[in-house]
Amino acid sequence: MGFDLVYFLQRAVAQALPLLFGSNGEILNEKAGSLNLGIPGIMVSGGVAGIVSATIYENSVANPKGWIGLLISLLSSIACSLLVSLIYCVLTVTLRANQNVTGLAITTFGTGLGNYFGGAIASLLGLSSNTITTTVNAYKTPIIPFYDKLGAVGTIFFSHGFLFYVGVMIAVVSAIILKKTRVGLNLRAVGENPATADAAGINVTKYKYITTCLGGIVAGLGGLYFAIDYSNGLWDTQSFGERGWLAIALVIFVMWKPNLALVGSFLFGALYIADVFVPNLTPLTKEIFKMLPYVVTIIVLIATSFAKKKENQPPQSLGLAYFREER
Amino acid sequence: MKKAKSSEPLVRISKRTDISPKLSVGVRVIAIAAAFIVCALVITAITNGRAMPWDVYSQMLKGAFGTVRRVKITLRDTCALLCLGLALAPAFKMRFWNIGAEGQALIGALASTVIIKLCPGLPWWLMLLVMLVASVVAGALWGVIPAAFKATIGANETLFTLMMNYVAYQLVNVVCIFWEKQKGSSDIGVFDRGTLPKLFGVDYGISIVVILLLTAIIYVYMKYSKQGYEISVVGESENTARYIGINVKKVIIRTMMISGGLCGLAGFLLVSGTHHTLNTGIVGGNGFTAIIVAWLAHLNPIFMLLTSFFVSFLDIGTAQIATSCQLNTYASDIVVGIALFFILGCEFFINYKVVFRNSKKAKEAA
Repeated sequence: MGFDLVYFLQRAVAQALPLLFGSNGEILNEKAGSLNLGIPGIMVSGGVAGIVSATIYENSVANPKGWIGLLISLLSSIACSLLVSLIYCVLTVTLRANQNVTGLAITTFGTGLGNYFGGAIASLLGLSSNTITTTVNAYKTPIIPFYDKLGAVGTIFFSHGFLFYVGVMIAVVSAIILKKTRVGLNLRAVGENPATADAAGINVTKYKYITTCLGGIVAGLGGLYFAIDYSNGLWDTQSFGERGWLAIALVIFVMWKPNLALVGSFLFGALYIADVFVPNLTPLTKEIFKMLPYVVTIIVLIATSFAKKKENQPPQSLGLAYFREER
Repeated sequence: MKKAKSSEPLVRISKRTDISPKLSVGVRVIAIAAAFIVCALVITAITNGRAMPWDVYSQMLKGAFGTVRRVKITLRDTCALLCLGLALAPAFKMRFWNIGAEGQALIGALASTVIIKLCPGLPWWLMLLVMLVASVVAGALWGVIPAAFKATIGANETLFTLMMNYVAYQLVNVVCIFWEKQKGSSDIGVFDRGTLPKLFGVDYGISIVVILLLTAIIYVYMKYSKQGYEISVVGESENTARYIGINVKKVIIRTMMISGGLCGLAGFLLVSGTHHTLNTGIVGGNGFTAIIVAWLAHLNPIFMLLTSFFVSFLDIGTAQIATSCQLNTYASDIVVGIALFFILGCEFFINYKVVFRNSKKAKEAA
């Protein structure tokens, strides 16, 4: 069997999307100084919320319409990620709890929530099967119907559902906002030095709340993509794996830049499935292959700390709670 | 006068300088009680009414203490969590965010496995000894790598240790495939060697004793030893530490050697005392949960006995309910998560004072 480059790249893009969303969400969080280790949990719960709501919709209506199912699952995914992110915000920003510990608690809670309902939804609703074919089919209809006439580029990039475009757009928009606008400048100030930002009249709490919640929603969409597109609407508790943590790794790899995340996620996506496509790999070398994204991330982390270039460093106040009276 | 009053914010937060022990215990008791009430309601909600709130506690107690065997398993899980929590305490005290306990324990377990597979001819006591040394060294190495980069070039330790987990994870997969029992199964099988002698009728009896001893040792080390003092000074302020002549780099590397080494020890105990096999699931996320356990206990080893027990109890108890309702055991993660939110949130009321604009106290102060 020959190596099909176009198919490989198409699958790499598919693998890249959850990572793109996840890392984009985490970048927004970290730029505001929140090291949100809850992103893996938010991704899982956001994804499963989409499946669960579509299941309920498809089973309660006689003739379910695909686009309504899709809209419902999109909205519930956003609502769920928003809710979980809010818990994180209240605990770390308002109540000043430790970010690492809160993040891990969020991941425990979020993956638990997702995997529980993802696995138990059929049993809880008393259904024999929990497929959401109508919604999934509606999603899988390509936005650009003539994509196959665009040759390899069309297959690689435009054969995906609408979340592909959403993901790319979010990355571009957040790159522009962070780099070029006043809001982005304020946000970066909050992440670098909240006391200075506060003194300059920036509402630190407001900025932290909004970016953390937006970041959570973006990451949750990554979960939704994985649930609806990659898993075809059926949640398997094992298959999501370490994608959430890989998304956090990607943030370091792209040095906190959403525009680089576009390329980085594609690279990580390709690495993630490379073991399936590279010929003549034994199961053993496959496992070594899967180690690559993490090793590469560690090398980038070391290299950027070594180079000490200011714009490639983590935000200065990353992981620290801000309390005005404590200077 | 009126104008000045309205410019004062409705709610004002200030840091507490001291808190009476009565109040601090009171706040925590309220938080835990609230957590239990909310968790019971949540269990009822997510099981779609199959477990009623009032059944929840009796079922949880039954799950954790129903039989002698269950008591032993609860103890075993508590100790597994406690051991990693103890390992993390010195690192956290130093404000070194070691998120890599999972990987350090896995690599320790891996080292034990390698010894079992490479030197099958050793007498049992020597094999256990070599396994122990190999595991501690491997764990220490896994902890020292990020520490060295933190100490020399300031690489972010949270992210570094996190990544090291997954490198360890993949290495375990490699070893499992290398020594797999049947081709293609990726299953290394159950080891017939390198097993701890039984105590109290179970293999993990010795583990429990060792970990309880370790609790006392770490308590003394952190509270009364010179090194423990150095750790807390570095944690409070690196500049102060430098000023009074502490070699900060040395302390960071030494402390992470201890932290990683103890995680490696946990890995050894898991292989020799509990699982007698190797796979990526043997630490079972405890490396992450232990972070929460250590933090909730304010890094005090004695309090960690309580927090690790509390988390294990919730975990086992909820799993029991989920099983009896024929639902999956991920329900316990939800409940543990919610309980943690309450306890994390209540710390705020211990560390800070909330004053309302028109409250009695504010008027008194004026």
